[in-house]
Amino acid sequence: MSGVGGAPRPLLSVNNIEVIYDHVILVLKGVSLQVPEGGIVALLGGNGAGKSTTLKAVSGLLRTERGEVTKGNIEFLGEAIHRKDPAEVVRRGIVQVMEGRHVFEHLTVEENLLTGAYTRRNGRALSQDLDLVYRYFPRLRERRQVKAGYVSGGEQQMLAIGRALMARPKLMLLDEPSMGLAPMLVNEIFDIVSRMNREEGVAVLLAEQNAAMALRFAQYGYVMENGRVVLDGDARTIGQNEDIKEFYLGLTGLGQRKSYRDVKHYRRRKRWLS
Amino acid sequence: MVDWQFFALLLSNGVLIGLMYSLIALGFVLVYKATDAINFAQGEFVMIAGFLVAVALGAYGAPLWLAVALALAVMIAFGFGLERVMLRPLIGRPIVAVIMATIGLAAILRGFGPLMWGAETKPLPLPIPDEPIVWGPFFIPPIQLLGAGVSLLFLAIFGWFFLRSRQGIAMRAVADSQQVAMAMGVNVERYFALAWAMTGIVSALGGLIWGNLLGVDVHLALVGFKVFPVVILGGLDSIPGAIIGGLIVGIVENVAAGYIDPWVGGGTKDFAPYVLMILALMIRPYGIFGKQIIERV
Repeated sequence: MSGVGGAPRPLLSVNNIEVIYDHVILVLKGVSLQVPEGGIVALLGGNGAGKSTTLKAVSGLLRTERGEVTKGNIEFLGEAIHRKDPAEVVRRGIVQVMEGRHVFEHLTVEENLLTGAYTRRNGRALSQDLDLVYRYFPRLRERRQVKAGYVSGGEQQMLAIGRALMARPKLMLLDEPSMGLAPMLVNEIFDIVSRMNREEGVAVLLAEQNAAMALRFAQYGYVMENGRVVLDGDARTIGQNEDIKEFYLGLTGLGQRKSYRDVKHYRRRKRWLS
Repeated sequence: MVDWQFFALLLSNGVLIGLMYSLIALGFVLVYKATDAINFAQGEFVMIAGFLVAVALGAYGAPLWLAVALALAVMIAFGFGLERVMLRPLIGRPIVAVIMATIGLAAILRGFGPLMWGAETKPLPLPIPDEPIVWGPFFIPPIQLLGAGVSLLFLAIFGWFFLRSRQGIAMRAVADSQQVAMAMGVNVERYFALAWAMTGIVSALGGLIWGNLLGVDVHLALVGFKVFPVVILGGLDSIPGAIIGGLIVGIVENVAAGYIDPWVGGGTKDFAPYVLMILALMIRPYGIFGKQIIERV
C-alpha cells in the first residue's frame, strides 16, 4: 500500500480487507485502495475479479448476501465503517448504485428519486434536489410519472444514478454503469457523472469492465484479479501499461486493435498471479 | 317479473358487507404489499381482537373506548412482536416457509382464544340502535353502515399513506426490492414490523365490527377465509383492489344467496365467492388491480 506522503487524508480508505462469503468462501484477499476527496477512481478487472464485492464491502450491502469483512478495515473520513449497516453508511455519505440498473420497477420515476433522499431529514431541499437531478438527466423529467419498470435501459441507469445523487453523497459507488447499454448512451452517462463530480464534488469509485471508458474519466485506477489488487497507478500510466492494453483494451503494443485469435495461446492464459 | 325491492335489498346488503370484507382484506394486503408474506392467520387476528374487546367489555366492564384502545394497543404490539419473533428469521427463506408458519400461527390462535377466554359465544355490544334504517327500498342495519364507514375511512387513510407519504413510498420500495431499498438507506426490518403493526390496527377494527355482527367465538376467525376471494379478485397487493374485490364478493354472495338458496336449500353464500375466485384465477391471475410482473424482452 503506497501511502501518499503529505497528501490530504483520503475520503475513503480500504485497508487490506479480506471478505468471506458463507463463512467459507474467500473472495477478497487483502484489498487496499483509496479514494481522494472529489476524485474519480476506477476499479478494473474481469468477471469475478472481486470489483462488486469490494464495492459492497464499502456500502455494507455485503451482509445481505451473507458476506463478511473478516480482516482489515474500511475508513470513511477517518472513521471505521465496515461494521455499520447499509442505512448508517448511506447516512454518512456513501451510496452505491448497484450493478444491473436496479430501480424500483413499480414506483414511478419520481418516487424512485424520492426514495434516494430517504435518509435525509430536510424536506424543503427535496424539490430543489429533484430539480438538480432533472437538470442532469432531462429525460427523467419527461418520464417522471411513468413507472420505472417501463422506461428504457439507459433511462433506468440514469434513474439509478440520479436516485443516488438524491442522497447527497460524498462518495458514489458505481457498479458497471455501462453494462448492457449502447456505446452512445454509455458516453452520455459517463459525461454526466463527470459533470456531477466536478459541479457537486461527489467522489466516485467506479467498477468497470469497460476499461478504456473508465480510464478516460478516472484520475487513478486499480486493477483487480482473483480477489486481489494486482496493479494500481495514475489512469494515464495504467492506460499505457502493455498488459492492460492487451488484456483489457484489446490493443497491441503498436496501439492497433488486434483479434483475440492472434494472441498466442500461452499469452491468453497469462495472469499476474499464479 | 323481477322483484326490484328484493334485488335492491340484496344489493345494498352486499355492498355494505362487502366493504366490511374489504377492511379485513386490507390487513392481508398491507402485509403482502410490504413483505411479500401471505398471512393465513388474518381471520384469527380478527378473532383475537374480537375476544379482547368482548372480554374487556363483558368480564371487566370497561368502557367501550377503553376496550377498543386496549384491543388496538395489544394488536399493534402483537404485530410488532410477531414480526420480530416469527417472521424476521424467515426473511430470505422460500415463501412456503412463511405460509406454513402463518398457518401454524392460525391454529395456535384458534386454540389460544377459547383457552384464555372460554369457548362460549360472547356478545360484543355497541351503543348503536338495532332497528334497521328503512330508506325507500333499502333496509339497512346501522352496524353495517358503521362497518362500511370505518372500512372506507381506513382504506382511504392507508391509500393516502402508500401513495403520498415518505414512509409509504419507502414501504413500496421495500416491497419492490429489499436489497435496493437497503442500498438507499431504508431500514427494511422496520418497515416489515410497521406493516404487521398496521395489520394489527385493521384487525382490531375488524374484530370490533365483525364481533358485534356475529358474536365472538372461534367461528369469528372464519371471516378470514373470505379474504382470499376478495384479494384474488382485487389483486393481492392493491388497496383499491381490496375495495372492489370486497364489493364483488359481498354483492355476489348476497345476490346468489337471495336467488339460488330457495332452490337448493341454502349454503350458496358460502361457496359462491370461491367459484368466482377460481374463475378469476383462470382469467386474470394477478387480480383486477394487482401488480403485473414487468418483464423486459
